[in-house]
Amino acid sequence: MVQGGVQAAEKIGIVSYGACIPRLRIKTQEIAKVWGKDGDAMAKSLNVHSKSVPGWDEDVITISVTAARRAMYRADIDPARIGAVYVGSESHPYAVKPTATIVAEAIRAAPNLTAADFEFACKAGTAAMQAAMGLSKSGIIDLGIAIGADTSQGAPGDALEYSASAGGAAYVIGRTGLIAEINHTCSFTTDTPDFWRREGQHYPSHGGRFTGVPSYFRHVAAAAEMLMGAVKTKASDYTYAVLHQPNGKFPVRAAKQIGFTDAQIKDGLLTPFIGNTYSGSMPLGLAAILDKAKAGDRIFACAYGSGAGTDAFDITVTEGIEKIQRKPEETVQAMVADAHYIGYAEYAKLRGKILMAE
Amino acid sequence: MAREVGIVGVGITKFGEVWDRSLRDLGLEAGVKAINDANIASEDIDALYVGIMSPGMFLNQEHVAPLIADWVGVAGTHIPATRVEAADASGGLAIREAWMAIKAGLYDIVVVGGAEKMTDVGDEEALETLSATVDQEWEAFFGATLPSLYAMIARRHMYQYGTTREQLAAVAVKNHKHGSMNPDAQFQSVVDLKTVLSAGPVAEPLGVFDCAPFSDGAAALVLCEWEKAKRISQQPIKITGSGQAGSSLSLSARRDITTFASTSTAAQAALKMAGRTLSDVQVAEVHDSYSIAEILAVEDLGFCKKGEGGAFVESGATALGGRIPINTSGGLKARGHPLGATGIAQAVEIVYQLRGKAGARQVKDAKVGLTHNVGGTGGTCLVHVLEGGA
Repeated sequence: MVQGGVQAAEKIGIVSYGACIPRLRIKTQEIAKVWGKDGDAMAKSLNVHSKSVPGWDEDVITISVTAARRAMYRADIDPARIGAVYVGSESHPYAVKPTATIVAEAIRAAPNLTAADFEFACKAGTAAMQAAMGLSKSGIIDLGIAIGADTSQGAPGDALEYSASAGGAAYVIGRTGLIAEINHTCSFTTDTPDFWRREGQHYPSHGGRFTGVPSYFRHVAAAAEMLMGAVKTKASDYTYAVLHQPNGKFPVRAAKQIGFTDAQIKDGLLTPFIGNTYSGSMPLGLAAILDKAKAGDRIFACAYGSGAGTDAFDITVTEGIEKIQRKPEETVQAMVADAHYIGYAEYAKLRGKILMAE
Repeated sequence: MAREVGIVGVGITKFGEVWDRSLRDLGLEAGVKAINDANIASEDIDALYVGIMSPGMFLNQEHVAPLIADWVGVAGTHIPATRVEAADASGGLAIREAWMAIKAGLYDIVVVGGAEKMTDVGDEEALETLSATVDQEWEAFFGATLPSLYAMIARRHMYQYGTTREQLAAVAVKNHKHGSMNPDAQFQSVVDLKTVLSAGPVAEPLGVFDCAPFSDGAAALVLCEWEKAKRISQQPIKITGSGQAGSSLSLSARRDITTFASTSTAAQAALKMAGRTLSDVQVAEVHDSYSIAEILAVEDLGFCKKGEGGAFVESGATALGGRIPINTSGGLKARGHPLGATGIAQAVEIVYQLRGKAGARQVKDAKVGLTHNVGGTGGTCLVHVLEGGA
């Protein structure tokens, strides 16, 4: 197939990946205590027991840089090969001024590349992956880096405060040296305003129960049906499945509706321990799966972004997975386990919720 | 001889969180179903009444009667279309207004609809609107919401009569079981006592399962002068009694908050008009907006003595197969509670029962049924006696 005058490659996929999760954590019970709620009941109903908290010196830029550096290091990638850096987030530190340029400089890929920040609620990272796939597959660039990262906001006392957390993952996308081939990707997009934050607002607004059935569940189910219809698979054909995880309950229920078993989803399900990392959510879950995947494993991955849309991916792990560094101490699970718990007072300080002197 | 009134058509939408349809869509579905059920043409309809509580606060839409008339397809004949409001007794009141107009000889055939679209706003706004049914100066201003007032009633009832938390929960268990047999119910799942008791609190002692949900839905009836009703319908259901009574809006102005005098007054009026006693009633739909409200209802209607409502429900007397099956539809708790639609939906259920078309939840040989529709904390109450087999 010829696109834009260049020969499109046969294969496209993941060349490397990297992850970053802040080590600070706050427990659901600790937040619930402050608001007079039943912490155990809250943890159980959301299936979120603790969430990650960005420290003083952590934001979407540091998380993106760390994840990108880990991806570069893991497969020993020459930065000169990187033709695009895209960072998807809804908590870019600057409203105007890209995160992506800082990441590009930090991994020494600048200046001969394109860079941009993406935003589509929780699926900006996977939208970036798709854009990088297009550029690489068409031959316009060699490799592209797509990052999904967030230090997401939840208003004090709001239901979101129990889940909104921090973390991200980076994917190097390319045509050769693949550790996992992306066989197919598709998206399902509608204008469904279930969650939003207007310019200048500190905290997002959400439609309560409207975020469920007509939003998350509808879009996830539709993308799954579309993807599996296109590649002619069924749920049981996959070794692993990972969905966007706004809490620990939605992905479990949606996975069950699609036909996945607990065994297929358990390795990618991180929200019960680190909360909802928004743009980082599905990418981190996928990274946790790649940490242990073997050649031939097939992965179903689907990100959801409020507003609303889903990006679904059909992925097959290749022999290349054995050639990259996968040290046990550097896995996503190791990052999840490396937890330092803080109280609400410190959390409030770190998240800028204490009114300081002018 | 005084004119009498029958129900010749019913229509109802499935209740629930209907995200993909608007108020007018719901009104259209219920209205057209009722008109089709009555097998009449739009030119036959003399008037429309719409019971709805607060489209203004829920949807920023007032003046909804002509809107619904238009969407149901009767605006072209320029018939009078009237909105009726009495909080969550709006539907029951709309029935009475239409019934009175037919009795008075003004109209022969009237469509009565009830609807509410509650989920277009968030839960907090919905609760605020729901609480607009209470006294804003003397109750809401001091932080009282509708559920908190019912919680106070429950606490007092427990203190005064020894009603238990388990007895309150038994109402929800029974109504969910009934709802599981109703394909139009918002909740069609059974719940056990443990689930109800361990659910999160709304206003203690009331938990999530003690409260009717926020719902979208609509229901409609076609009312017809009785002689004509007998000609156009195979199975007309006669409205043999209608009672409406009021009370102070604020609970603080009442001598006793464990009883709604509006319920007992309206019930006595309706039964007297029908020439019936309560023992003739074989099936009833009562206003269980909260579990304690059903206990108050069975006492104030007279199905049991004051203070014994909790034990009465717990004994199974009000379940299907019991002495007097109550809320066979699932009630407000399980069928759902789109405020203005509720009073109409109650009548739809009783019509199903008296026609012998209630499916799995059919009360055997039901001939006499009763509906009980309350506004807020009893400031308004409507009771209707419906009879079949005439």
